[in-house]
Amino acid sequence: MTVDLLAKYDPLIAEHAGLLSTGIRDPFGIVMEKVLSPTEAIIKGKHTILLGTYNYMGMTFDPDVVAAGQAAIRDFGAGTTGSRVLNGTYQTHKECEDALKDFYGMSHAMVFSTGYQANLGMVSTLAGKGDFIILDADSHASIYDGCKMSNADIVRFRHNDAADLEKRLKRLPPEAGKLVVLEGVYSMLGDIAPLPELVAIAKAHGCMVLVDEAHGMGFFGEHGRGVYEEQGVADDVDFVVGTFSKSVGTVGGFCVSNHPKFEILRLVCRPYTFTASLPPAVVACAATSIRKLMTATDKRARLWEATRRLHGGLKARGFNLATDTPESAIVSVLMPDQEATALMWSTLIELGIYVNMSRPPATPAGVFLLRCSICALHTDDQIDTVLGKFEQAAQMCNLPLAVPA
Amino acid sequence: MTDRASVYARIIELIDPLNTKKVALLETTTFAGDMEMDSLTVMDLVASMEDEWDILIPLNMLPDLETIGQVADAVYGLVAKKG
Ligand SMILES: Cc1ncc(COP(=O)(O)O)c(C=O)c1O
Repeated sequence: MTVDLLAKYDPLIAEHAGLLSTGIRDPFGIVMEKVLSPTEAIIKGKHTILLGTYNYMGMTFDPDVVAAGQAAIRDFGAGTTGSRVLNGTYQTHKECEDALKDFYGMSHAMVFSTGYQANLGMVSTLAGKGDFIILDADSHASIYDGCKMSNADIVRFRHNDAADLEKRLKRLPPEAGKLVVLEGVYSMLGDIAPLPELVAIAKAHGCMVLVDEAHGMGFFGEHGRGVYEEQGVADDVDFVVGTFSKSVGTVGGFCVSNHPKFEILRLVCRPYTFTASLPPAVVACAATSIRKLMTATDKRARLWEATRRLHGGLKARGFNLATDTPESAIVSVLMPDQEATALMWSTLIELGIYVNMSRPPATPAGVFLLRCSICALHTDDQIDTVLGKFEQAAQMCNLPLAVPA
Repeated sequence: MTDRASVYARIIELIDPLNTKKVALLETTTFAGDMEMDSLTVMDLVASMEDEWDILIPLNMLPDLETIGQVADAVYGLVAKKG
């Protein structure tokens, strides 16, 4: 007899089928038939405004970025067919790492195939047996998986709670190696971390600090490095992890650092070594995009402006938002339950608005969310259209809204 | 002096308010199976036990702790080790 290994997913299969049986569209089965721009696509034949792409700086169709990718595919081919440490490092990969070093003003940069692998690799390689990893309870899946892959002891502290972090650090043996893992922006609620407090406590207890700036790169801080730059803690952060799949506008992950022994990680970090490197076109696009982001001050200002317009507009219409003020370029609408979330999401897509639907276990504290991420290229007209459609959808779904103050 | 029995008794007191299914709390009662505790409730419970005895229960220890008895053994072990 063969035990069906997929039988354990029967409850989830039933839940998903139940959701779809109400006649709504599958929130996890969207296909973009045509992508018209960073903010618009054709979905099921319908012209749709994209408001859930993490394409914060709108670099995906930037002419210089596209041209760099085209030149690289012509000159270096479609792929490297190899690991970074064997045949998979081309001139394009070096130039991409140089762009990162310049962007962050740091002496070392390591490019991974995704941000997920960057976290998986860094967290599992930095902390080994006998060490401790201390992470925020709301950390991204890639950080949790890096913890699982390490042989370290894992300690979790309450989300963004400096006192709780301190209490836990006090219980750790002073002589043990410790890595505190934080994120600049937490992508579910769009809230940012109080890094000065958290980092100061970590340093006072002899910890090394890694900050994931996946959702902060490009538009926080003077040089767009992230929340850690904006909050002035750059000198106390040992490792910054990031991704090319958001502001940079392509795919890939990285870690930058000033640690003098950083380069050895290329030989011991399994998610770096035992996988093929990114295609030359991808790293060429990334390098060009990163260099343009260094000076993209107008775009940054525009992104914040559009974000404030959306946040303020939703709030004024009585939607319940996860943060009182716009803390990042993610604006999350808190929803009462799974059914209401799915119905509202489905109604919005029928009205030509794509947002992310998020639910546990991806979300913290069991909340259901309609998550909007804003792009610097969203026009005021698009944001106003979105606001109107949100209002219309809420009426169609009988979603209770707060009476505006 | 903290012994296993007093640790167990206190753990039962800490679990009680979280026992929404009102199942009987025994050495062999399981958290996920019998009590249907979700991971957030487990996190709160772990934090309250850590605070109670000023110990650290690493996350990677949790998969091996399925029953109340196993948790009591583990906590008692950590308290004893602390001295
Ligand atoms: C906080 C955080 N870290 C890492 C990642 C992984 O990035 P990537 O899409 O490059 O794998 C993401 C995005 O999914 C993220 O939100």
